[in-house]
Amino acid sequence: MPHLVIDRLSANYGTAPVLQDVSLSVERGEIVSIIGPSGSGKSTLLRVLTGLLKPHAGVVHVAGAQVDYGSAAALKKVRDRFAVVFQQYNLFQNMTALRNVTIAPTIVKKRDAAEVEREARALLEKVGLSHRIDAYPDELSGGQQQRVAIARALALKPEILLLDEVTSALDPELVAEVLDTIRVLAAEGMTMLIVSHEMGFVREISSKVVFMADGKVVEVGPPQQIFDAPQTERCADFVRRILRH
Amino acid sequence: MASLIEEAPRFFGYYNLIFLGQAFAYTALLSLVGCGLGFLVGFGLAVLRNERIVGFAPLRWFATIYVEIFRRIPFLVKLMVVFFAFQLAGFDASMFAVAATTVALSASAFSAENIRAGLESVHRNQWDAAETMNMGGLTALRRVILPQAWAIIIPPSMTYSVGLVKSTSIASQIGVVELTYAAKILNQKGFSAAICFGTILILYFILCYPLNLFASHLERRLAPSRHR
Amino acid sequence: MAYTLQYGQVTPYLGYLAGGAWLALQLAAIAFVIGWAIGLVCASVLEYGPRPLRWLVKAYVVFFLNTPLLVQIFFLYFALPDWGIVLGSYQAVLLGMAINAGAYLTEIQRAGFRSIRKAEIEAAETLGFSRIQIIRYVVLPHIGKVLFPPLSNQYIILTMTTSIAAIFGVEELTGRTYNINAQTFRSFEIFSIAALYYIALTLVASGALYAVGRYFFRIKGKVF
Repeated sequence: MPHLVIDRLSANYGTAPVLQDVSLSVERGEIVSIIGPSGSGKSTLLRVLTGLLKPHAGVVHVAGAQVDYGSAAALKKVRDRFAVVFQQYNLFQNMTALRNVTIAPTIVKKRDAAEVEREARALLEKVGLSHRIDAYPDELSGGQQQRVAIARALALKPEILLLDEVTSALDPELVAEVLDTIRVLAAEGMTMLIVSHEMGFVREISSKVVFMADGKVVEVGPPQQIFDAPQTERCADFVRRILRH
Repeated sequence: MASLIEEAPRFFGYYNLIFLGQAFAYTALLSLVGCGLGFLVGFGLAVLRNERIVGFAPLRWFATIYVEIFRRIPFLVKLMVVFFAFQLAGFDASMFAVAATTVALSASAFSAENIRAGLESVHRNQWDAAETMNMGGLTALRRVILPQAWAIIIPPSMTYSVGLVKSTSIASQIGVVELTYAAKILNQKGFSAAICFGTILILYFILCYPLNLFASHLERRLAPSRHR
Repeated sequence: MAYTLQYGQVTPYLGYLAGGAWLALQLAAIAFVIGWAIGLVCASVLEYGPRPLRWLVKAYVVFFLNTPLLVQIFFLYFALPDWGIVLGSYQAVLLGMAINAGAYLTEIQRAGFRSIRKAEIEAAETLGFSRIQIIRYVVLPHIGKVLFPPLSNQYIILTMTTSIAAIFGVEELTGRTYNINAQTFRSFEIFSIAALYYIALTLVASGALYAVGRYFFRIKGKVF
């Protein structure tokens, strides 16, 4: 049974359709990447999955159970299974790195503070930031902030990690440190849905690549197919343009 | 000018000083109670108006209409409406209570608007992150949004409070013995208008100027802090 | 005895009140224009004037921003006659409002001056604009855009402030409300109607100023 199934999902911003009949599935431990031109609905899909934007049609199954986005209780449950890392990191600006990681487990999940802090320190060490745990977000570089954001997401012990263009806001020299962190998670078998522009990375890490354009899924396949032998004109065109530089 | 110097020792006699001191305290107290109460109500209204916290649209409309109504009525007219409304309702309220309610109504409308703007100044993505982590609206407000919004909210609130301290002078119209009323009484007792009103102008200045200075100091100090 | 609301008794006075509203708008407009001129002069002094004059203007602004308008007018109306300057109630109110508004408008206009961007003027110079052209095409449009919203707000605040004139017996909107109250004793009714007049008045003014700002300065923010 796939870990995550998205079936003909549609969503609008106001009256403008931003997702149309999007379907895809992610197996347990699988890494699926979504690529496509800007405005193609990649990030919107993640917003819908986490309930930040209500879908107006279609269904989502997580571990076999259908998610009811209309119900607050169901939404709470599904958010427990997902964790999101955002393009702009979205770290809480009024908290230190450590507090950013511990806040949700302690006040949302009401777990023991000492235990949470031990785990948080371990997670920050894992992302290579044990020396910066008391720094505030505005004292950290973009790459460091993004790694804190990953630690924060992991502290929630999610089943599925959603990564939304996590390197797009970073200076080029900081991209590698974040990608390395994601590689570690991949090696540990974390299920991930990744929206990314880093084509080399997508090709290396994904078992499946989804190409989206204009709010629709245009082509799905293994990385070799998408990058070397795309079946659709749109996808071929996109890949050609993006791989040229 | 010479006559002013002549009457000064008599004007600044012991009993007048006590009287003015009490009036000064009354002005300060009226402002403090009114603004404090108004800020609390305004805070509640701002929360009601926030889509991230309150999902029920009619409550948001109510808050918006409240704000639009009470910020558009002049203080004097509001004072009279409150005065007669209390009378109508059969409250045997003191004039101080009437005046404090008027100050509070003014302050609440302004605070609601100002606090709303402060909350909205915190980047949307902070709400997004809190929401995906399953924090409720009020938890996110308390833990994430407010700590970042205070710096935006406080300086204009203080500036506006100074404006209301000045407006309390209008409460003299219904006989609250604050500074302006005290000056009128002393004037009627035969002291010159120049010394009576001149003195309370200085007393108002002593009350307002430090507050305004503090507000602009805070504005300069707080604005660029941890905030995107 | 229970009091029953009887708005019917005050409806004959609605036109009389509307006349008062018109007077309030006029009073606000005159005070605004004088205050604006005072503010323009004072802001120029603060930015470009000699030091002693700057101190004087600074003292004026700080003093008037930190004391109540009502007491300022009391002073003008009751204290000045001791020195042989006798003002009518309308003049005292108008003068007080204008001087008071002048202090606020000094602050606002100074911020406008400060916002002029040197780089834009230099760009215009390199493009060969004359001095007049720079003022006409670069400085004024920019200042207009920066100043229009705070000036509009100030005008609306001033409209509400005119109600103070009633305390001195000027028969503007609030003054006429007092008159009607004295004749009908329907106090709550007539004051609540006056409140509605002010709400309507300022809403209309906000709407009109918003339209003007949008049309002439492409300002999208709401006014007051």
